[in-house]
Amino acid sequence: MSAISDSIVITKRQLLQLARVPEVLIFSTIQPVMFVLLFRYVFGGSISTGQPGGYVQLLMPGIFVQTVAFTLAATASGLAEDMKKGLIDRFRSLPIARSALVLGRTLGDSLLNIVVLAVMGLAGFVVGWRPTSGLFKVALAFLFLLFFGYALSWVGIYIGLSARDARVVQNVSFLVTFPLTFLSNAFAPTTGMPRPLQYVAEWNPVSTMVAACRQLFGLENQFGATAGSFPSENPLTMSLIYMAIIMIIFVPMSVKKYQNASN
Amino acid sequence: MKTYNKGAVKALDGLSLDVEEGTVLSVLGPNGAGKTTTVRILATLLSPDSGNATVGGIDVIKHPEKVREIIGLSGQYAAVDETLTGWDNLVMFGRLYHLNKKAAVKRADELLERFSLTDSAKRPIKTYSGGMRRRLDLAASLIVQPKVLFLDEPTTGLDPRGRQEMWGVIEELVKGGVTLLLTTQYLEEADQLADDIVVIDHGKVIARGTSDALKKEVGGERLEVVVDQGNIAKTLEIVARVSGNKATLDEGLRRISAPVSNGSTALMEVLRSMDADGIHALDVGLKRPSLDDVFMSLTGHAAEEEEVKK
Repeated sequence: MSAISDSIVITKRQLLQLARVPEVLIFSTIQPVMFVLLFRYVFGGSISTGQPGGYVQLLMPGIFVQTVAFTLAATASGLAEDMKKGLIDRFRSLPIARSALVLGRTLGDSLLNIVVLAVMGLAGFVVGWRPTSGLFKVALAFLFLLFFGYALSWVGIYIGLSARDARVVQNVSFLVTFPLTFLSNAFAPTTGMPRPLQYVAEWNPVSTMVAACRQLFGLENQFGATAGSFPSENPLTMSLIYMAIIMIIFVPMSVKKYQNASN
Repeated sequence: MKTYNKGAVKALDGLSLDVEEGTVLSVLGPNGAGKTTTVRILATLLSPDSGNATVGGIDVIKHPEKVREIIGLSGQYAAVDETLTGWDNLVMFGRLYHLNKKAAVKRADELLERFSLTDSAKRPIKTYSGGMRRRLDLAASLIVQPKVLFLDEPTTGLDPRGRQEMWGVIEELVKGGVTLLLTTQYLEEADQLADDIVVIDHGKVIARGTSDALKKEVGGERLEVVVDQGNIAKTLEIVARVSGNKATLDEGLRRISAPVSNGSTALMEVLRSMDADGIHALDVGLKRPSLDDVFMSLTGHAAEEEEVKK
């Protein structure tokens, strides 16, 4: 099908961009590695986890999820840039499938995530992260993370195509991703939050993702999850449901947005 | 007829135009006249609220995907990827036109050669001059020999040299027999490149015809005299009396002009009268109307005026 091959051309374009401007790849990996080091050594000493191996075991899944959540911002700003430059117009005047550009872009951002996650995993290993669940489950966790990033990049497509100015995109993306990642169990136990926030944090897809990854990496402790609620008991299922919902809403919306895009 | 409503503002209002196969039509108008909207509708980027349009006999609203196969679009808005090299871009667009890898590479090399970009093929577009960038942009729209080519203000923002180069390239294309719709706010450009000109303002066609026909519509020759500051008032009087028309003054240039019917006789008469009054003419001549004059007389304002406002 030509939609697939067209998407691959678009994905290749992104990889080529990285080859031409390698700084982009370097900085998009340095940033999460910096987060690993900062959290590990700044908070690591003062947060008691009751977990063998210490804070870093709980931290790593949190940082993985945070990093893939930021895919949203990367996708959004990449697309907003293409809009501003007029590239979207050029693509839309070509005889290619209308889904090709957005599909290619989301695939490209996922490929970038593979590199970033690998580098982060190594950095985590260096500072003491040791998953205990075996290779299969660890691989499954990473696959899971990639899917989560992929689902969110569809939200990024929508934001990127909606904003009238590329500078707004950065702000909007951070406005979405920051509360989402911090109002969760990613870095600190939710039990310390005010009660209403605890509920939000528990149902937050970032929390269910983090909890699911922790399970897959072989951790028992859910880091502040309230016993009994559905998302805390079934983080994996809940995460899959969230991803499905995001895709069902944003894939058609983003494709439609692209079809009517105009700067 | 194409109408496109954006909020309360009608970008196009009953605009209607047609281009004969193998000819060049220039859509001429100031910023905001509706040129880009027209191109965007014809290039399937925008759906009109009402009306219809066909490109190469294909309905742009009913079969946009078929239209995209026969058109090329280039100009101020359709762009190329600036982080990639010129070669990267052309190969990528070749692949998106469904050429195989080998054919895409071959076509990219051909086009780079044809647009004198071979030396810069492996450099990122970011490093290109404005003129080179536009040439590459144009090359990207010619990958599969489009039947109909849209050039939206292809020389806006270029320096005179870049503009000349671009005109040369476009003239070559026209000789090759492409049907071209060219928008421009430069009257000179329309004059140079187009077979037919459509002048639009506020989304409406206000005049159409060949360059010569439009010039004729505005009237015949104009007499122009440039004098010293002190002699302006008297000269205005003389020119008005001889021509029998209202003489206008361009204060910055100290140029007095008026339409005249019998050019050379009027010229002699004016010079004699000036001589009798002891006025020395710094410059004097008869001008055929430029498209600027056409625009002025059709819209009541100069074409460039709007550009400054924006």
